[in-house]
Amino acid sequence: MALLLLLLLLVACGPAVQEEGEGTAEPGLATSIQNKGSDTLVNVALAWAEAYQQVAPEVQVAVTGGGSGTGIASLINGTVDMANASRQIKGEERAQAEANGIEPVEHVVAGDAIAIVVHPSNPVQGLTIPQLSAIFSGEITNWRDVGGEDRPIVLLSRESNSGTHVFFLEQVVRQGDEDDGTLFSPDTLLMPSSEGISAEVRDNPNAIGYDGLGYVTDDQKVLGVAPAVDEPYVMPTVETVKDGSYPIARGLYIYTAGEPQGAVAEYLNWILGPEGQAIVLELGFVPLQ
Amino acid sequence: MKQSRGGRREALITVLIRAAGFSAIFFVALIFLFLLKEGAPAFWEVSLGNLFGQRWYPNEDLFGTMPLILGSLLVTAGSVVIALPLGLATAVFIRELAPNWLREILKPLIEVLAGIPSVVLGFLGMVAVAPLMREALDIPTGLTAFTGSLMLAYMALPTIISVAEDAIDAVPKGYRDGALAMGATHWQTIWRVILPAARSGVIIAVMLGIGRAIGETMAVMMVTGNAARIPREWYALFLPARTMTATIAAEMGEVAQGSTHYHVLFAVGILLFVVTFIINAIASAVVVKGGPRRGGRLMG
Repeated sequence: MALLLLLLLLVACGPAVQEEGEGTAEPGLATSIQNKGSDTLVNVALAWAEAYQQVAPEVQVAVTGGGSGTGIASLINGTVDMANASRQIKGEERAQAEANGIEPVEHVVAGDAIAIVVHPSNPVQGLTIPQLSAIFSGEITNWRDVGGEDRPIVLLSRESNSGTHVFFLEQVVRQGDEDDGTLFSPDTLLMPSSEGISAEVRDNPNAIGYDGLGYVTDDQKVLGVAPAVDEPYVMPTVETVKDGSYPIARGLYIYTAGEPQGAVAEYLNWILGPEGQAIVLELGFVPLQ
Repeated sequence: MKQSRGGRREALITVLIRAAGFSAIFFVALIFLFLLKEGAPAFWEVSLGNLFGQRWYPNEDLFGTMPLILGSLLVTAGSVVIALPLGLATAVFIRELAPNWLREILKPLIEVLAGIPSVVLGFLGMVAVAPLMREALDIPTGLTAFTGSLMLAYMALPTIISVAEDAIDAVPKGYRDGALAMGATHWQTIWRVILPAARSGVIIAVMLGIGRAIGETMAVMMVTGNAARIPREWYALFLPARTMTATIAAEMGEVAQGSTHYHVLFAVGILLFVVTFIINAIASAVVVKGGPRRGGRLMG
């Protein structure tokens, strides 16, 4: 028992003790790259890492998820080489990183659309951004008010450490207005994973949720989104994201500690090249070119 | 010569055992100090009005822990209300009513129940129990405090059953014989004599059950919906809730070390510690107030 407690304590103290950057890539035979962050990007990142094994067998890429905030926090603490993020780094995070002597450098690696998903039996076909804002801030609480059945609306969101959550708050709930202080309704269910959202959307006719395009499965119904009232509903696809007509689209990012060097730079170039971008398309996201 | 060596060995063993005993206390104290060191800054970085406010949304520096505390209490209270009668009835059945062969089967089975990992229960709750709840009770979503309570009740049951069973077992045989001799029925003996006599043990069973429930994280995070809302309605048990443990688990991985959010999460840990301590204190006060113990055996 005492041993167990000691172990726990060591684990708890761990990060505080070893603040010095570990895992910085050193050129050599077996180079390892630590890659952590966005759960939206995690499948793409894993596919990249796997395919890169063929290209450069001497480079080991270790990929973990956890959310954009987690990845950036790890970059700030100096424990990863590359942080995946589905949102841009916040000013305060940049300041913390610089205080630790780390300069986060941003790289756009893919595009993504946020799809609005509901239960397949839901008769609603599309929603406008103002409607979505009213729904997610808790002003509209019944499907009847947006042309659906007389059912309560159950709001689903990712946890607040998710980049998708922050992006959705800024672009949809606040409709892109920085001074707007609107928040998600306190009744919003915060799901720890994308799978939590899909499971509930599949099962519950009352539910509405949002997630990256790459995470939408066939058993969920995707709604069209109109930027404003009286404008046409646009479905999220690779084309509508590329031509800019789908209103809730965003970039996906990788942050490196300082300008990428050595193995990290090569890996990043490969990601941005045709092979890396082909994987982006394959997994349902939007390639850069 | 031989004797003195034996004496020395005995002294050594005594010292070792004493060290082991103290080390447990020492480490608990260390953990508490660590918690205090990391969590205390929250109390001056965040105003008390904010810290005990009604809105938890750390992205916007809203650190109201009220919904989390109430969420934890709601889920825990629900689980005790479900688990206590079930656990007591099972304990009474095993001790007083079941034939020997059945008892031999039931006891190990209940112990197996205690070994089910909570994440498995959580998964079961998410994909099976929650949809069932939504349809059976006709509520907006099945991811509710009640679903969490059910999962926790299931987890607390083995503890409650085995402790309550021990307490019932410890009631002197004379009580039982006396009651029956005076013409009481089997049921009257159980309800009026045995259970009251085992009261303090039963209270400890409940206390341990609460301890198990309030600290549980994974299953709760998966089935309660994690909406940080204040339970105002009488039917709040059937709406989503967010517990302190789920909040710490969901958000601790993300925070930058040393940030206000980081300190507040540790402060939530302190609050959890305090709430658990208060519940334990109340329970032991009840046990002590219950006068001279009549049969119920204490733990250990």
